Amino acid sequence: MAVILDAFVQLGQMMVVLALAPLLAGYVRKVKALLLGRRGPPLLQPYRDLLRLLRKEVVLAHSASWLFRVAPYLVFAATWVAAALVPTFATGLLFSYAADMIAIVALLGSARFMLALAGLDVGTSFGGIGSSREMMIASLAEPAMLMVVFTLSLLAGSTQLSSIAAFMQGAGVGLRVSLALALVALVMVALAENARIPVDNPATHLELTMVHEAMILEYSGRHLALIEAASHVKLLLYVSVIACVFAPWGIAVSGQGWPAYLAGLAAYAVKLAASGFLLALFETAIAKMRVFRVSDFLGAALMLGLLATLLHGSPETVARRLRALRDATGLTSLLLHYPPYYGHDKAMRSLRLFAERVMPEFKR
Amino acid sequence: MALEVLLWCNASLLAAGAAGLVLARRRGATPLVYGASLCITLVALVAAGASLLAPASLGATRVLPVGLPWLGAHFRLDALAAFFLVVINLGGAAASLFALGYGRHEETPGRVLPFYPAFLAGMNLVLIAADAFTFLFAWEFMSLSSWALVMAHHRRPGNAAAGYLYLLMASFGTLALLLAFGLLAGPSGGYAFDAIRQAPPSAGIAAVVLVLALIGAGSKAGLVPLHVWLPLAHPAAPTHVSALMSGVMTKVAVYGFVRIVFDLLGPPAWWWGAVVPLIGGITAVMGVLYALMQDDLKRLLAYSTVENVGIIFIGLGLALAFEANEMSGAAALALTAALLHAFNHSLFKSLLFFGAGAVLTSTGERDMERLGGLIHRMPRTALACLVGAAAISALPPFNGFVSEWLTFQAILLSPALPQWLLKFLVPAVGALLALSAALAGACFVKAFGITFLGRPRTPIASAAAETDRFSLAAMFTLAALCLLAGILPGYFIDALAPVSQALTGANLPRQEQLDWLTIVPVAQSRSSYNGLLLFFFIVLSASVAAEVVHRFASAALRRSDAWDCGFPDPSPATQYSAGSFSQPIRRVFGSVVFRAREEVDLPPPGDPRAARLQVRLSDVPWDVLYRPMASVVGFAADHLNRLQFLTIRGYLTLVFGALVTLLMVLTVWQ
Repeated sequence: MAVILDAFVQLGQMMVVLALAPLLAGYVRKVKALLLGRRGPPLLQPYRDLLRLLRKEVVLAHSASWLFRVAPYLVFAATWVAAALVPTFATGLLFSYAADMIAIVALLGSARFMLALAGLDVGTSFGGIGSSREMMIASLAEPAMLMVVFTLSLLAGSTQLSSIAAFMQGAGVGLRVSLALALVALVMVALAENARIPVDNPATHLELTMVHEAMILEYSGRHLALIEAASHVKLLLYVSVIACVFAPWGIAVSGQGWPAYLAGLAAYAVKLAASGFLLALFETAIAKMRVFRVSDFLGAALMLGLLATLLHGSPETVARRLRALRDATGLTSLLLHYPPYYGHDKAMRSLRLFAERVMPEFKR
Repeated sequence: MALEVLLWCNASLLAAGAAGLVLARRRGATPLVYGASLCITLVALVAAGASLLAPASLGATRVLPVGLPWLGAHFRLDALAAFFLVVINLGGAAASLFALGYGRHEETPGRVLPFYPAFLAGMNLVLIAADAFTFLFAWEFMSLSSWALVMAHHRRPGNAAAGYLYLLMASFGTLALLLAFGLLAGPSGGYAFDAIRQAPPSAGIAAVVLVLALIGAGSKAGLVPLHVWLPLAHPAAPTHVSALMSGVMTKVAVYGFVRIVFDLLGPPAWWWGAVVPLIGGITAVMGVLYALMQDDLKRLLAYSTVENVGIIFIGLGLALAFEANEMSGAAALALTAALLHAFNHSLFKSLLFFGAGAVLTSTGERDMERLGGLIHRMPRTALACLVGAAAISALPPFNGFVSEWLTFQAILLSPALPQWLLKFLVPAVGALLALSAALAGACFVKAFGITFLGRPRTPIASAAAETDRFSLAAMFTLAALCLLAGILPGYFIDALAPVSQALTGANLPRQEQLDWLTIVPVAQSRSSYNGLLLFFFIVLSASVAAEVVHRFASAALRRSDAWDCGFPDPSPATQYSAGSFSQPIRRVFGSVVFRAREEVDLPPPGDPRAARLQVRLSDVPWDVLYRPMASVVGFAADHLNRLQFLTIRGYLTLVFGALVTLLMVLTVWQ
């Protein structure tokens, strides 16, 4: 029964990300327009755009190969699978063990790899410029993202997003310098990866500074629809990762029943709305950078990420955390677990430390 | 039993080499030699693989009465040797299969056929050698036979210089290994590995041996700054030999390092775990940055070998750090990651070299700036190379990702290390690893995109034709293995268990019983990866998307000119080229790493001269290390030249003086 429910949640998650992604894009556009004093396109415009593109014929360049026609499907599939494995409204997804955060980053890397190749396929100058710059940006954004993953893993002891979310929900996380640095780095990476201002401008066309749009310039019709949908899903994915790690409130945990899932969905909607608003606000407040300033921007993100990994907490906080736990739950007994990779000696040393340094604190 | 089979395989490889020597001018020699090599390496592959999967049969020893009279030649087959034998013979079999087609285009078979089986035999001998003399003999045999293959086309510009540099570096590396074994054997002279194992050296000597092993094995593997010969020599050889040198011989070097440091040297000191990963990280990033700057396809692949060797050494160094702190589980994880990456790299690097070889036979061109659009002309080669490019860029669901993921998992265990230096250093190495993985993606988008995609840049590129069946068979076998090792990594990790058990005293939990063949290096709640499910999901979602799109969307398709923002230009020169693709990355990293300088020569208005943009990259290790060293050697040689023109009295005085000095040294010593 539980497995069926989990499978259902997993399927629901896949549908939710697909259904909500264009809405988020439309919402950000709308808020941006309102902030600029324009009326802006309707909220549902991205859905209409996708449907319009699906109805149109594909115009394919003479020099396009089979790779150009296969790439949109693979890009869309890889992005969708990655998004389906990020907890949005519920943790404990049935297949969350298939990929941890590193694998999710790498899946997005696979999608980008295909897209950059497709940009080179027709053999135009614009496609090349887009691919080349996209790979330059990725070569800095991806390590910065992995440094963020490292930081979270050092704190939570896991690269699994559900475990990280559970850890961040728990007591005793508190405000940490490393987490703040990681958040800043993650936001910077998310802006770069989704071709947002200040790295790229999603609204431009026919401009030499564009990156993502230049890469997909030759696409049309259903192929373009798939790529557009994939980039909507990617934006949603990054917002979900930030929400799941830094604002895990309200995420339903497996086995809590329907009300928890509904509450989780509501909380997720609130988080999306808030982060979409912040994104729009940020984009209206800042100007796009020159493309060769992007390396400074992302280099800063990488350094912040590295700094964050070096500033993780010390093991001396065990007693403080235990006291907080006892005060909160009134626990009377404790089960110690030392992971097998500690080896015999380290486990013994930890046990001795626990007996000599932590236990006296709790003697009645 | 398996050991005897392997020894016979070596003997038959040498016989095949002799046959190649005798028959080189006959017509049937090429298929005979490569066919024989293929069969023999397959037999050796089966023998080694079977003994790796049935660990009870490991540990057989054999002493043959050749070599030094008081020592004999010791041979032993243990888990480590069996694993590397699988790597070598798999690569050897693939290269032989490829060469059945590729070798037909060889202009001077007499310069390749005798040395090719000898090279394979040399590598096999290194792995089963169990005493220092046999090891060094086989090592040098391997070096010299591969040198002969590098010199096969010695009249082409640059090849002779590459061969000379290779010979120099190989001799230097062997010298370092010779000294390392001398120190390991100690004053009593126990050169058999068993004797060395029983008398581990003191800490000071062990440190010197570590440095010597890093120099000796590292120069063969291509660690920065000892890599300078590699990108010159590997591409100079015929392509199937390039694949063997890059994909396989560097693994023999890794084996040498593991054998000396993990097996013979006794327990490691913790600082080894700081030095080795740092060198590995620097090697990885420098290697891939150099690779990105290349226009020559084979040289790009050779530089990318440097990168991957760096990744392997990161894993090995982490294993040393964990082992020094008696965290055997974590050490097993890091070692498994390194060895799995060695295996994976041998697959995709051979595959990519075969692709470059197919392009070379079909167009005669290695320069990417003169290729392009080959995906239309060579669709099968392009597909196989696409798999190789994705695998080497560490993209799921292929195999390169699995081993890099495992290395990341090992890095994430570093906070448990007690030394502060390691706590700070290992995450920094992690950043280097992440950087090199991302740059590798850019590098192979460039390599594949410029070569196979776009429009043909020259008439020869537009007249290319698909390569032969043997070459395609070799490429698709390796591509299938890349995918297989990516989606079913559990089996490959389990096969490595006896190796890590023997070297670190622990192994990863058995993976094959886990649900859905997930791999879980430490604990489920910590991290897990399932390539099979990811592959299945990607295929499923792509087919769902395709099905939905084809059912509900317009199926109309029209061919037309490219849009290109309204300004399409029929000249293929308007495309992005290899140099322009890497320009952004050169601007970001190059000014620091290569001291890159761009010089623009713009004629004044009215002058019809063409404008020129010149990019100067400087090779820092070459400028800082090798050029001064070469000038010192040249200076000394010039001045010692005078000794050649002494009188007979002068020479006699020199001999007498040397004798007296030696006698005095001996007196003072005692």
